[in-house]
Amino acid sequence: MAAELVISRLDDVRFVQTEVKEALLANQFGDRDLFSVELALEEALVNAIKHGNQLDPSKRVFVRYEVSADRFEIRIEDEGPGFNPGDVPDPTAPENLERLCGRGLLLIRNFMSDVQYHGRGNVVTMTKFRNGKAGDDGAAMADVR
Amino acid sequence: MSSQPRRQRLVVEDIGDITVVNFVDKKILDEQNIQMIGDDLFRLVDELGRRKLLLNFTNVEFMSSAALGKLIRLHQRLSQVGGKLILCGISKSILEIFEITKLDKMLKIVKDEQTGLSSF
Repeated sequence: MAAELVISRLDDVRFVQTEVKEALLANQFGDRDLFSVELALEEALVNAIKHGNQLDPSKRVFVRYEVSADRFEIRIEDEGPGFNPGDVPDPTAPENLERLCGRGLLLIRNFMSDVQYHGRGNVVTMTKFRNGKAGDDGAAMADVR
Repeated sequence: MSSQPRRQRLVVEDIGDITVVNFVDKKILDEQNIQMIGDDLFRLVDELGRRKLLLNFTNVEFMSSAALGKLIRLHQRLSQVGGKLILCGISKSILEIFEITKLDKMLKIVKDEQTGLSSF
């Protein structure tokens, strides 16, 4: 199944997560996958609304996702200026370990099977293979830097 | 962002000189909620003078990176005043968040509350 949603506010993130979770459950995705996708959606959608759209409620975030028996794919586009993921400091470097933010992208890359940024950096596509399928351990994860 | 009513988010219990904090919410999310949890935790240290904090995550099923900053600040604050922060009862998935971000190297994490109580 595939679906499209348009959201603007942080409160809307829950709505997307709930809808996606129902779709994943209908396709027999397990608890581990549900956690991974929920976390990635939280991080990516909050980033899009907060950092991308600067919490401007007149700006939109376009969400398109597709769930099948073996994978979940989602595309998230905000109306912000975009960013270069390579400019985000490595939060695990010793000098950055005490920084209070900047860990969302790292978590997304680790919990999803594949993550790509597009255009000026205002579009992200993420894929999660259902548990047990190739790439689920993150070994096949694309390096977007 | 809609405003959220002031409600209890933490259950605090003193066991000797150790303050054990349990989270009421299953999900620790959104900045306003995290801000309030952070305020309550800092109040324990700055206003109530607690120095040994054991945060029990047994009830917590989900948290995002937004909560990590608060935990780091709490750890820093306690270190400044000669206190100590220990986390326990963390689920496998949430533990992975700490491991991926390497915060398991900075924050002391133990298996359960009993272990935590004997780790200060």
